[in-house]
Amino acid sequence: MTTATPSPKGAASGGALALWLWSRLGDALDGPFRAVQRHVGAHRMAYVFLLPNLLVFGLFSFWPMILNFYIAFTGGQSVLLGERPFVGLENFRELLGCQSYLDPKTCPVAGFSFWTGVWNTLFFALVQVPVMVVVALLTALVLNRDIRGRGFWRAVYFYPVMLSPVVVAVIWDWVLKRRGILNEWLGDATDGWNALVPTIGFRLAAFALVGLLIHAAVMRIARRLPEARRTLAARIAAALGSITVVTFVLTPQALTLPDYRPINWLIDVRSGWPMFWVIFVYTWGHLGFYMLILLAGLQSIPKDLYEAAEMDGTSKGRQFWRITLPLLMPTMIVVLVLSLIRAFQVFDEVYVLTGGGPGQATKMLIQHIYESAFIGDAKRYGIAAASSVLVAGVLLVLTLLQLAATRKRAG
Amino acid sequence: MTTAWKGPGLLALGLTTSLFAATATPALAQTVNLRYLCYADANECDVARDLLDRFEKANPAIKVTVDKVGFAVIREQLETRLQGGEAPDMARVTNLGGLNKYYLDLRPHINAANWEANFATTLPWMRVGPNDKGIYGWMTQLTVTGPFVNKTMFDQTGVKMPGAGATWDDWAKALAEVQKKGKIYSGMALDRTGHRFAGIAISMGAKYFDAQGNPSAVVDDGFKATAERVVQWHKDGLMPPDIWPGASGAKWKNAGDMFINSDTAMHIAGSWMIQKFQSDIGNKFEWIVPPQPCGPAGCSAMPGGAAMVAFKSTKHPAEVAKVMEFMVSEPIIKEYYERTVQIPAHKAVAEKGLTYGKEVGEQTQAALKQFTADFAKISPVAHQLQAYQRNVAIFNATVNYVAQAITGPLTLQQAYPKIQEEIDNAVKK
Repeated sequence: MTTATPSPKGAASGGALALWLWSRLGDALDGPFRAVQRHVGAHRMAYVFLLPNLLVFGLFSFWPMILNFYIAFTGGQSVLLGERPFVGLENFRELLGCQSYLDPKTCPVAGFSFWTGVWNTLFFALVQVPVMVVVALLTALVLNRDIRGRGFWRAVYFYPVMLSPVVVAVIWDWVLKRRGILNEWLGDATDGWNALVPTIGFRLAAFALVGLLIHAAVMRIARRLPEARRTLAARIAAALGSITVVTFVLTPQALTLPDYRPINWLIDVRSGWPMFWVIFVYTWGHLGFYMLILLAGLQSIPKDLYEAAEMDGTSKGRQFWRITLPLLMPTMIVVLVLSLIRAFQVFDEVYVLTGGGPGQATKMLIQHIYESAFIGDAKRYGIAAASSVLVAGVLLVLTLLQLAATRKRAG
Repeated sequence: MTTAWKGPGLLALGLTTSLFAATATPALAQTVNLRYLCYADANECDVARDLLDRFEKANPAIKVTVDKVGFAVIREQLETRLQGGEAPDMARVTNLGGLNKYYLDLRPHINAANWEANFATTLPWMRVGPNDKGIYGWMTQLTVTGPFVNKTMFDQTGVKMPGAGATWDDWAKALAEVQKKGKIYSGMALDRTGHRFAGIAISMGAKYFDAQGNPSAVVDDGFKATAERVVQWHKDGLMPPDIWPGASGAKWKNAGDMFINSDTAMHIAGSWMIQKFQSDIGNKFEWIVPPQPCGPAGCSAMPGGAAMVAFKSTKHPAEVAKVMEFMVSEPIIKEYYERTVQIPAHKAVAEKGLTYGKEVGEQTQAALKQFTADFAKISPVAHQLQAYQRNVAIFNATVNYVAQAITGPLTLQQAYPKIQEEIDNAVKK
């Protein structure tokens, strides 16, 4: 039944007019929905309201999942389903037919690429996720305090989250490539230091500083020595002073650094730098998101608990371990599982930053899927889809763990 | 209706009627829109656009949109678009045989005899099998792989540059000396593609095909000799880590910027880089194209190039053919090759010779001359490989696994069977 709505006549402001229009819209929709309700029953109306979202979800998420599952059991190179022969488990056999999963070299070529991606992704997740959670927690703890410019700092840490992953990677590529900003800075710093060392001012300053340090050390020791041995201490001090003079005044080249040779941060194969920077850049780009969740968790902890602890004389450290951490644990678990799931999906930043190289050192699972399907002459959609099914299985397990943990906490 | 409204009313009716009449006769007014997906090493798409402007003036009913994209789009996305029915009408491609099944045979709409006469060498590159007589496109460039050398570095370091007939090993030795004396980042940089690798390998004796013309034993002694050298040159620091080790899988990487920035004394690329080096290097240093280095089996380069091809999914085959005929008409194609500074693939144009513009310097002219001379020495194996439908699979497998032998996950002995396995997979499918 519709209720009488006052006319807009006499509406004092635009706000009142908007309210009136909103109300009229409600009236207009009321009729059709009442008719639907009569037809399906009140208890099913929730599904009617969910239907639009379900349609979108079904079309753009559920249907592609079904297609992917089907393609995982087909072969050939065509993207058209009708032209793809059913091959059963052949794609899975190629991926899983290794002599040893720990040594991807023993797999067929598709499995070699897949398992290389698996191990790299696992390593990435096992290192990156704890680092991310700890750093996000520390940042949230700092930004939860009543510091000056708190809002500004929160925005600063959250800002990278709003950037496209590709932009993040391109920015860091400028920093890290051989002719990039980091190498320029390190080169300039080395040159600057080497230019400073031979100057008389630097030598005098260094001489004074080291002299003072030796003097302070000798005096400290001398005070503990008996009177008779203090002369010996004075002689040792004089000898050390002489060495200092010789080292810093006559031989300044001792402090000169060798010419800086730019480091290939993203390419140096055996140094481990590429994986380090991949983890660093990814953490930098995503930190703000998890920090924000933890910050919300921290703010939901009642202040009176801390006040009571203060009154009992509990130290700050004990407050953290006994109040903050236990009460933050449900939020921490959400952050942990979310970041773990995201870590298994890592692709954009790494692909732009290193291309999966050097060699295959930073090749992740999703890159393997992307390259199997879209790169190269033989487009292996079946292998890519089968790999996706296997990854989906891992993600499903992680998601169920998250659900279980959340339910357990909720009691 | 009042009298005052009668005049405008009749006018509106008249206009509506005329509009209806105009739209009801599509042949008179409808414009055919064609799309040309184009990648460029230098100015190829811009020159094509300029020439197509003239075509559009002469044919107002046909509009051609030039979609300028990166090479990666052509290499990685075009085939998926073709399969999905989202293809352009024309594209500039390098995977000539690999995309054969999508090509439009232009013969019903063009002067086929003229095309056969002028593109006899390169038309087979777009065909598959002996029975395929289709005409699918024309070569926008004829390329020859080969090295570019920074002559200034040789002069400054006082190292004698190897001459004609010098082997790849002679060059490696000389370049190592230049690198050491000149404190240069690297001695030689090879583009990250199996196509560049193949030129060296064929000179080293690689056959790529068995007696039946199948790539059943690609990894032979010539191939291995090249792979061993490439791995060793990386270990010695002669080749930079930025290119082959600097990516994964079969990802393509061009070392041109390293040459331009004087980070290497030699860049192994090909004739398509001439225009870019001319414009980007300018007078910074003197560069030359030396005679092709040799191996025990000869001094072969790899031929290649990009073709402008038409796709059968087009709704306007006749109009596409008209564009193609225009582009290969002698004055137009001559101008295209001259302005893009390419080796001509059109026989008549090549015979008459090209007049490159004044902006084309002496070293560019010399480079073109050298590459043209190298073309004559190309091994039949190289031509066979270029014309092979699945050659990209061979190139990709090479770069994927040799790169892993350089970076360490595999030894060369472990890489060889994987190269063959990947090629077999591609051929089988």
